[in-house]
Amino acid sequence: MRPRTGTLVAAGTPAQRPAGARLLTLDRQGTITVLPRRDWTGLVWKGDLVVANDAATLPASLRATHRPSGRAVEIRLAARRTLRPDDLVFDAVLLGEGDHRTRTEDRAAPPAMAAGDALAIPGTRLSASVIEVLDHPRFVRLAFDGSPPEFWSALGRAGRPVQYAHVPEPLALWDVWTVIAGPPVAFEPPSAGFLLDWASVAAIRSRGADFATLTHAAGLSSTGDPVLDARLPLPEPYRIPERTAALVRETRARGGRIIAIGTTVVRALEHAAAHGLLEDRSPLGASGTFASTADQRLGSGTQRAVVDVLVSGTHAPGTSHHELLRAFVPDPLLDRVDRALAGARFRTHEFGDSVWIESRLPSPWNARPRGPR
Amino acid sequence: MKITEVDRTDNSEAHPLAGARAVVTGGTSGLGLALVRALRSAGAEVAFVARTPARVAEVARETGATGIVADVANKRDVHRIALEVGASVGRDGALDLLVNNASSLGPVPLRPLGDTDCEDLEAALAANLLGPFRLTKTLLGPLAAGGRSGRPSVVLNVSSDAARGAYPGWGAYGASKAGLAHLSAIWDAELAAEGVRVLSIDPGDMDTPLHERALPGSDRASLPRPGEAARALLAAVATVRGQVRS
Repeated sequence: MRPRTGTLVAAGTPAQRPAGARLLTLDRQGTITVLPRRDWTGLVWKGDLVVANDAATLPASLRATHRPSGRAVEIRLAARRTLRPDDLVFDAVLLGEGDHRTRTEDRAAPPAMAAGDALAIPGTRLSASVIEVLDHPRFVRLAFDGSPPEFWSALGRAGRPVQYAHVPEPLALWDVWTVIAGPPVAFEPPSAGFLLDWASVAAIRSRGADFATLTHAAGLSSTGDPVLDARLPLPEPYRIPERTAALVRETRARGGRIIAIGTTVVRALEHAAAHGLLEDRSPLGASGTFASTADQRLGSGTQRAVVDVLVSGTHAPGTSHHELLRAFVPDPLLDRVDRALAGARFRTHEFGDSVWIESRLPSPWNARPRGPR
Repeated sequence: MKITEVDRTDNSEAHPLAGARAVVTGGTSGLGLALVRALRSAGAEVAFVARTPARVAEVARETGATGIVADVANKRDVHRIALEVGASVGRDGALDLLVNNASSLGPVPLRPLGDTDCEDLEAALAANLLGPFRLTKTLLGPLAAGGRSGRPSVVLNVSSDAARGAYPGWGAYGASKAGLAHLSAIWDAELAAEGVRVLSIDPGDMDTPLHERALPGSDRASLPRPGEAARALLAAVATVRGQVRS
């Protein structure tokens, strides 16, 4: 074992832009630098495009009563096949009694579920029924009853953001919505976007770069069950406005870099590129926007076609977010990054410090001759 | 801005706000209800906010707009409003218009500031200044997304001549509306680059429940109907949206 000089520290306070937040940067030459994170827009060059995920985070945790057994259950909405607000069918992870202060992996098991079981949400008229138990006893497909407006109104009143034991204080939606949050489709916050504020969006523009968004239904980061965790991330629907696709094309054509704020942006853009959806005359929806579902896993050996720079939270080796970094950086270099993060005691999880990773691995578009800058 | 200066001519066939995605607060009475109706007639997609569940359901049924039961003066309600907006008119990630119309008169009958309880001033500020601030801030992502897609998106803050004139008895209302007008002016300057315009417009006196509470017994027949003011406000919005961004 390699000697460790430090370790990552869990960030337990829900502040999106704490004054002391740090940013570890890895440039194309392999140089590692640590900066105050508030200076991150200084790394953006003229001609670059910064892309962020504008998904708002659902209050995806619901306390429910399992009608057949009368027992308490926590529903954690985890996935949906579409981004449509009238789609009230969700895949959900169920936890037994207790709350977020207990580590997810230590939570009691929920009662046994069967297709047709009803789950009532106390204090509301909302209820859901189990359509099927998926391939794990804690993982079910649920359909909520009632009309979409009734569902959304009740969800807003009864639901809370999904949270974990490292943040003891109960979270409110304002803790987990980024400043650009719009469509409520994420199951956990696209937290790399916590570094964005309106001053940084203005700074990007004043540096001669551009800013664009897409919408990606970021899923759960942990279920507390190793078998289920190994399947993360689940397929995630996303939507890319035509303006964003056009800016990606223009940026590539002039040799600018695509800077992705968060792994969800990488997943969406790379999925779209791999399926030809970013090309001109791609099959557009009525609003000049296209939607699809990212079902690929990114990691070592993945061919990237679009993203040059990834801005992400600080993730421990072994997590799916960390695995995605291997698509950007060869393993020996990533190992140096991990040691530097631990050595500097970077703060991890959604309210922690960040990394700026410039790709060292070739991608087809990177290999193209570049125009004058 | 005076609404009488607005050019109301519209020669195009479709209303300039047809297809626009709009949110209106205080949408079940007076000017707010007139705005919801006028926007729906123009072909806009509308979500509105008001406090009384039965009235919200009634207006939703009548207009086909999405009704949201909430109090804009309550901090805890604001993200819930944004959630329901995002699941309805904001589902594609963009908004074109937010009208912060819901207002509180402050204590009625109207009284001098010296007789105004601190709590009454706080309540007027919560409804007329903090509420519009919070809701605009929470919806700024979709508003900026609307602004990036070509035409500017608009935040319309409904103002009053009490924001400028020092009318005795109108202290809580006038001070909160003056604050809102200045907030609008600063935010408009800050958000120009995002393609979001923030307007504060005085619609003038109207025959509304708020007017009746402020000045009971006034001659209602002499007052303009809120529908006329709503059409003039929307014409002002359409004019701003028609301006090409520099």
